[in-house]
Amino acid sequence: MDLLGFARGPALRVALAVFCIGVLWRIVGFGLLRLRRDLNKPRASIARFLTRGLITVGSRSWPHPEFIPRTGAGEALGYSYHIGLFIVVLLFAPHVAFIGSLVGFTWPALPSSLITVISVLTLTLFLAVLFRRVTHPVLRMLSNFDDYFSWFVTALVLVTGLANTAHIGARYETLLALHILSVDLLLVWFPFGKLMHAFYLVPSRAINGALLGRKGAVS
Amino acid sequence: MSDADVTGAKTPQARVDGAMHGFAQELGALSAFRLESCIHCGICAEACHFYIATEDPQYTPIWKVEPFKQAYKREASPFAPLYRLFGLTREVTAEQLAEWQHLLFDSCNMCGRCSLICPMGIDVAALIEQARHAMFEAGLAPKELYQKAAHQRATGQPEPSAEPYREQLLTIGKRFGIEIPLDQPEAEVLVCVPRTDIEHYPSAVAALARVMQHVGASYTFRSDGLIAENYGYYAGGKSWQRDISLKLIEQAILVKAKTLVVPECGHAYTALRWEAADLYGKALPFKVRHITEFLADELTAGRLKLARADTGKTTFHDPCQLVRKGGVNEAPRALMHALGIELDELKNHGAFSFCCGGGGGVLDIERAAPLRYRTMENKLREIDDTGAVTFVTSCSDCRRTFDDAKAHFTWDKTPHSLLELVANNLIGTGNGA
Repeated sequence: MDLLGFARGPALRVALAVFCIGVLWRIVGFGLLRLRRDLNKPRASIARFLTRGLITVGSRSWPHPEFIPRTGAGEALGYSYHIGLFIVVLLFAPHVAFIGSLVGFTWPALPSSLITVISVLTLTLFLAVLFRRVTHPVLRMLSNFDDYFSWFVTALVLVTGLANTAHIGARYETLLALHILSVDLLLVWFPFGKLMHAFYLVPSRAINGALLGRKGAVS
Repeated sequence: MSDADVTGAKTPQARVDGAMHGFAQELGALSAFRLESCIHCGICAEACHFYIATEDPQYTPIWKVEPFKQAYKREASPFAPLYRLFGLTREVTAEQLAEWQHLLFDSCNMCGRCSLICPMGIDVAALIEQARHAMFEAGLAPKELYQKAAHQRATGQPEPSAEPYREQLLTIGKRFGIEIPLDQPEAEVLVCVPRTDIEHYPSAVAALARVMQHVGASYTFRSDGLIAENYGYYAGGKSWQRDISLKLIEQAILVKAKTLVVPECGHAYTALRWEAADLYGKALPFKVRHITEFLADELTAGRLKLARADTGKTTFHDPCQLVRKGGVNEAPRALMHALGIELDELKNHGAFSFCCGGGGGVLDIERAAPLRYRTMENKLREIDDTGAVTFVTSCSDCRRTFDDAKAHFTWDKTPHSLLELVANNLIGTGNGA
């Protein structure tokens, strides 16, 4: 078996298995802990505070106006590289074909040249994010191995992907194998670190919104 | 161990064990989820007035629970064995917990502003409250809060006084010429009183009695459940908080009260409205209303009749525990509207208001004063920027914090009580104006 065959064969299967089992365990692991019933009488009806939870999922995507002067730029930076990643992952023709083969349907892709530009921009934003993390006193203090390794495995996917499309450094098959191996690595790491926030984001916002809504407070 | 206050004779390991036990006791799915969800974005710092005032990263709200986040990952998270095996997180030490005392107590008002900014939606303030519980179990609550909580649990009042508070209450009634119904066997409403008002603002105590009389409420104060404050809540002593809350709950049940009115005291409202039932173990058989909510209801019912207050340009400080954490949003403004006051709002008001700086027991911690004053500067500037001549709030601890700042900074504003403003502008009987 050559490197490419290994990367998209057994390595990918193992990575997907670790990803699925790991994600499930990470959620079930704390989901099994007890959930206390709040005995204090709610101010709002159940329908109202559940609605508040759903609204907060969307509204917390951008800071309240009072916070924008201090956090707007940082949050914009964070969201912009996420958007770049989503575009590259979901709208690059080979990715559409690959994901389509797994899910059974495809969708229109963006031109490769545009994807390359977006990838370069996203990688630049990634570097900016890393620079900010190591230079901002708060971020530097909070950061641990998880933060840097999660950055590394995600950036590696972008770099190998760019090298692959630009045919830089090795044969196409080798570059593709390295790109897929980097995805395998990301999938394996995913359940163990902060990348899990992809699964936590919606329920976490919803819970905060619902609990504040229960009190009739702003969320 | 650092210069942290310690209570009880415990070995360093016993303190760590106590903290971990205290934290684990409350570690449910919800707090685990909050700890799991943090992405280390640091955005919560930008909501915290301690960080904004100092730019010191240690005041980042989520950092204040770092030892507990560390302990959770290492001991209780789904991948805890891996964290231990690869040494991804260090063991929490007694020295570390002692160092964290000033972060969890001196430099956090538990105001909850950080919980409104987190893009992941983590209620950081709830985690900090839980961490305070753990610190209490470790014997690491600041001495002022610990001693007051212990005294209140034992005697009903946080500090000894030359004359018991019940006697002082009656004296206030005589001094202001207002009847104080004390220890009535039955009443529809049980009213408690902030000891801050008894000691510092007796006119607010009289105002409380005057408005209750004005609306014709069947109400009583009770000697055995008189004080609104709950130092157990501040100190992090959950069982003590329960015992202190129970004094009021039992008295309310005894007099068959339908409503317990919490006076102008923010954290007392949180403790009774949003936490007491959980500690009591069942739903409370009466309503808990803040005095501004109660009066706003009376206004709507037509029993509270108010004259126009001549306050000039006026601004209002929203107490965090009432508004941001308690949802008492409209009632204070409804009362001020009825008084004909058109507010010049602070730049950050309502749910986004900055804390006065004294909440969460910080006002009581002596060594925290320099940092508190530094933090308050921004708040005082906001108040000055409105150009208001009258400054009003609805929490006596906030009021006391601003009065303290007035003396410290030679500030030219005087914080007024909304309750007193209402009491001074009653139409008809009971108007003491």
